[in-house]
Amino acid sequence: MLRYTIKRLLQLVVALLGLTLLLFAWFKALPGGPETRMLPDNATDQQREALRQALGLDEPIWFQYGEFLSRIVRLDFGSSLSSGRPIATELADRLPATIELSLWAMAIAIGIGIPLGYLAAKRRGSWLDFTAVSGSLVGICIPVFFLAAMLKVVFAQQLGWLPTTFRLSPGLTYTDITGLRVLDGLLTGEFDVALDAARHLVLPALALASIPLAVIVRITRASVLEVVGEDFVRTADAKGLKPQTIRGRHVMKNAMLPIITVIGLLLGSLFAGAVLTESVFAFGGVGSFVYQATTERDYPALMGFILVIAVSFVVLNLIVDLAYGFLDPRVRVRS
Amino acid sequence: MMTSKIERLDRLVEAGVQARHGQSGSLWRQSLRRMSRSPMAICGAIIVSLFVLMAILGPWIAPYSPTAQTWGKEVFLNQNIFPGPRAENWFGLDHLGRDMFSRMIVGARQTLLVGVVATLIGFLAGAVIGGVAAASGAFGGRWGQRVESVIMRTVDIALSIPMLLLALSVAALLGPSLTTVMIAVGVAQIPIFARMLRGSMLAQAHSDYVLAAIALGVPKPRIVVSHILPNSMGPVIVQATLVLATAIIEAAALSYLGLGNPDPGNPEWGTMLSDAQRFLSGAPQLAIYPAVGIIVTALGFTLLGEAMRESLDPRLRRQE
Repeated sequence: MLRYTIKRLLQLVVALLGLTLLLFAWFKALPGGPETRMLPDNATDQQREALRQALGLDEPIWFQYGEFLSRIVRLDFGSSLSSGRPIATELADRLPATIELSLWAMAIAIGIGIPLGYLAAKRRGSWLDFTAVSGSLVGICIPVFFLAAMLKVVFAQQLGWLPTTFRLSPGLTYTDITGLRVLDGLLTGEFDVALDAARHLVLPALALASIPLAVIVRITRASVLEVVGEDFVRTADAKGLKPQTIRGRHVMKNAMLPIITVIGLLLGSLFAGAVLTESVFAFGGVGSFVYQATTERDYPALMGFILVIAVSFVVLNLIVDLAYGFLDPRVRVRS
Repeated sequence: MMTSKIERLDRLVEAGVQARHGQSGSLWRQSLRRMSRSPMAICGAIIVSLFVLMAILGPWIAPYSPTAQTWGKEVFLNQNIFPGPRAENWFGLDHLGRDMFSRMIVGARQTLLVGVVATLIGFLAGAVIGGVAAASGAFGGRWGQRVESVIMRTVDIALSIPMLLLALSVAALLGPSLTTVMIAVGVAQIPIFARMLRGSMLAQAHSDYVLAAIALGVPKPRIVVSHILPNSMGPVIVQATLVLATAIIEAAALSYLGLGNPDPGNPEWGTMLSDAQRFLSGAPQLAIYPAVGIIVTALGFTLLGEAMRESLDPRLRRQE
């Protein structure tokens, strides 16, 4: 296991280096270069040249890449062109909101998806199975931002059951510990904050959960169906094990492997969905920041975001792979 | 990197390859026979053919021009007055007083075009990259294997970046337009296609008929092009069908992020859907028509693709 972990960590470093190289090339290829956006339209060639020198754009390309790398390592992504604040601060302020939203969405998707998929497999061919399968097929086809907007119109604007925007109602004071407001509220005993934050999370989390939920239901169903047909399940049944034991120790433990893989793969689409969902609910996370950066062509901000998300995605994938190796001895042996 | 996703893709590929070895007769004919009995495939095929028909015939069957603001005086944006469905306008009017029904019918063409072009970009570029990697890995000797390794590591890194981010970065390079959306969505699909074709081709490269061709002295480039490549396409074509569905949804998302078609003259469902967001509380029907269009179409392609995948999967065939 240790050797496997070390090998994967080395691969991670190479992947991250490759990633910065790709990103650097991308940044270099942007139309007009960063100086165009920073200067007024009527700037002279002289001004342009001066700014290029100030930004170090006249240095050799490998030198620029070295500078780029060393800045990234120090978490210095430059300043946002639209707000003027350092991008790292901007991201650090907003990441907790996105993490909280994603965690809730994933909790909903896993909490409903795995039991539902299991039941659908157990009662194969029943109406429940049919509903779960067709529901999940439709679920992956609904554009996330449309679903988010419809939930908002129906449950927040017309029925008025839940708040329409933001993370907290105005006027509430809260103590910041982790940045995850529901957790903070519970930790500090400010239960009104926790409740209010949770109410704000319901609709965005539901919208964001739709695609992961659909995928998890389908993969759980398929995976359980495959495992219950195996000989060892029949043996366990024949030797008189309790149904709960068979379910927990034999069926689910083996069925979990593909499910975990898919959960890891879903993280990418979760980030993408968060961008869209947050912009609908003005949720104030990284997603709204990116929406703004995209529409205003704020390239340094966009690059900082892509880097942070890609790095966390690569690291999360590593964790998923390690979990996989932990659960399945065959993965360890093969590597 | 990403062992899990890669394994999944490889397994899919193997499924296609194994199916070929199992029984005699044409694989495609067998799959077609199986698919014609599957309700999923029939539903998907009906939806897809209706959509394609609409895309081809759209401008001729639409009752009105999709761009004429004929009823402009009947719409009051600030009072949220949008005339709904009525005898002359089946789906009502949009915010500029244009006939929604005509816009939906005519918009099918652009929507299909976006999906098809994006998928083609991903498919072709992915096929070239994956094909070169597989060919040099299988027949290029030690150097070839190094080339393959470099190509595939790059593909793996690209696979680890979320698709919307890839699309966003491409869109940032090109500026907003419908072409941007097609290229952005297409580029984001390249790594998946490259992975799949390479896996599929490598599996074929070890088969007996390739050995026979080598023994007969067929030149290696020709083995790759006329023997391995055609036999490796099955799983990739299945993937292309599924990607078409994703491409249409992703394109709508990029339009929503403001990277889509700024030209309102040429209706497209994704742009219509994102435009309608502004009037959502007053006139949700403006968003619902294009959204239902997108959902049903994506569902059609998904059903067709899933049915194709099932009909190629040897594990599912054994149950018959």
